[in-house]
Amino acid sequence: MQPFAYTRVDDPAQAIAAVVPDARARYIAGGTNLVDLMFDVVETPSLVVDINTLPFAEVQRTPDALRIGALARMSDVADDPNVRAIAPFVAQALDASASAQLRNAATIGGNVLQRTRCAYFRDVTQACNKRSPGTGCGALGGENRMNAILGGSDACIATHASDLAVALVASGAVLHIRGASGERTVPLREFYVEPGATPAIENTLAHGELITAIDVPLSPVLARSHYLKVRDRQSYEFALVSVAIALQIENGALKEVRLAFGGIGTVPWRSDAAEKALIGAAPTRSAFERAAEVALAGAIGRGHNDFKIPLAKRAVLAAFERVTA
Amino acid sequence: MKNDDKRIGVPRKEFIFRAGLPALAATTGFAPMRRADAAPATATIEGTPGLRVHGPESLEISLTVNGERRTLTIEPRVTLLDALRERLHLTGSKKGCGQGTCGACTVLVNGRRIDSCLTLAIMHQNDSITTIEGLANGEELHPVQAAFLEHDGFQCGYCTPGQIMSAVGFLGEKRGLDEGTIRESMSGNICRCGAYPNIVSAIQAAGGHG
Repeated sequence: MQPFAYTRVDDPAQAIAAVVPDARARYIAGGTNLVDLMFDVVETPSLVVDINTLPFAEVQRTPDALRIGALARMSDVADDPNVRAIAPFVAQALDASASAQLRNAATIGGNVLQRTRCAYFRDVTQACNKRSPGTGCGALGGENRMNAILGGSDACIATHASDLAVALVASGAVLHIRGASGERTVPLREFYVEPGATPAIENTLAHGELITAIDVPLSPVLARSHYLKVRDRQSYEFALVSVAIALQIENGALKEVRLAFGGIGTVPWRSDAAEKALIGAAPTRSAFERAAEVALAGAIGRGHNDFKIPLAKRAVLAAFERVTA
Repeated sequence: MKNDDKRIGVPRKEFIFRAGLPALAATTGFAPMRRADAAPATATIEGTPGLRVHGPESLEISLTVNGERRTLTIEPRVTLLDALRERLHLTGSKKGCGQGTCGACTVLVNGRRIDSCLTLAIMHQNDSITTIEGLANGEELHPVQAAFLEHDGFQCGYCTPGQIMSAVGFLGEKRGLDEGTIRESMSGNICRCGAYPNIVSAIQAAGGHG
């Protein structure tokens, strides 16, 4: 790990003022992603600004949203009764993430900001357009079993590893962001940027901006939701494929559906086309079979990860069966 | 979660060198950089009056470990695990993977189990830290320690301090004592000897399901 300076801040304005002038300054909260990448010399900050004492750790129910403070720890949010009641798949996604130790340390803001990454990104001896723009992508013709089949480009096929973010994009979550010039909100889904020709850019957060909270808008569709995670090990492993599903049935037809995928996209992947194909249909296995085909229509396998295409389709059906069980 | 860190195509020797160097630097204070006596360890940033910036040189910090206030001199980049082991000589907490995968470094911070290898010591000056050395009450073992002995919850013992600290944290979370819950909640602690069935029994016994 390379040397860096450290400071601890007491208020958000101070935090932002400390980070903005220094392009290599980084915020630290739980640290589970940043410290790990600093060990690998993938992240080499000059200044680390500790934001753990900022007042953003609350989880509360407002009149129209579930508001999750950016500094709330993953384990606390997973155990929160409001979260479990209002959006079960958010709690399930958190329970399926990482290990108990990491969930006790890692924050919600840090979770959605964790780097989109693959093994080539972490290995500084390998080509990676994300870590070192212009050096090429080792994964495209290399070991790409874990890599993305949706949203990739000729420059990058790394996956976004967050389980939480998959459930959050399915729930229509909105980020509250504070920067030097004030506050703004952005739907989480629009926040993430597909790699295109510039994989180093993963989201629309400007340098020095700080996520303060994430709102999950209250909606009856979220009550009947499920997060299904398919992985190589039963616990403490990334998703090969995951599915966040929520549905509302009225008069025997699907009134509203949410469907998003993890483990297969360069960003948490919500499928509008599949949702649209399901609205108004009877909630049957065959309807979801067709929706799965629609959702995966644009998928591109790169060799080792070809299996994710049929696996993702089957995962949709498994998720449908569980959410309607 | 951490399986994406496999280095691809790196010769073993080079891997060891690369992996070992930062750890060596962090634990010994060796680094090709300014030393503590070459520059002041605190500074300020323009536009943030009152904000004190520490390092990258060494500075004095205090940690509360096992109920005792301890003072040590470290760089900001020193992890909590390295501070415990190399500065405070509390070598019960183990460095297994150094990347939050194995759980051998598990300690309690304010009663919650975390991986001490993935956090910076300087961040924990206002926290209460408990390590395996702080569990027993004099000669009297903590119930989880006693249960691990009773149920043979280990073989080589390297992962054991982390397993025990994680188990103490788990029991405090009150999630239940069925085998499935224990295995899921303890998945952040790897045992290379495969003592898992006995670890589960020990935790059940310590939790009152003897």
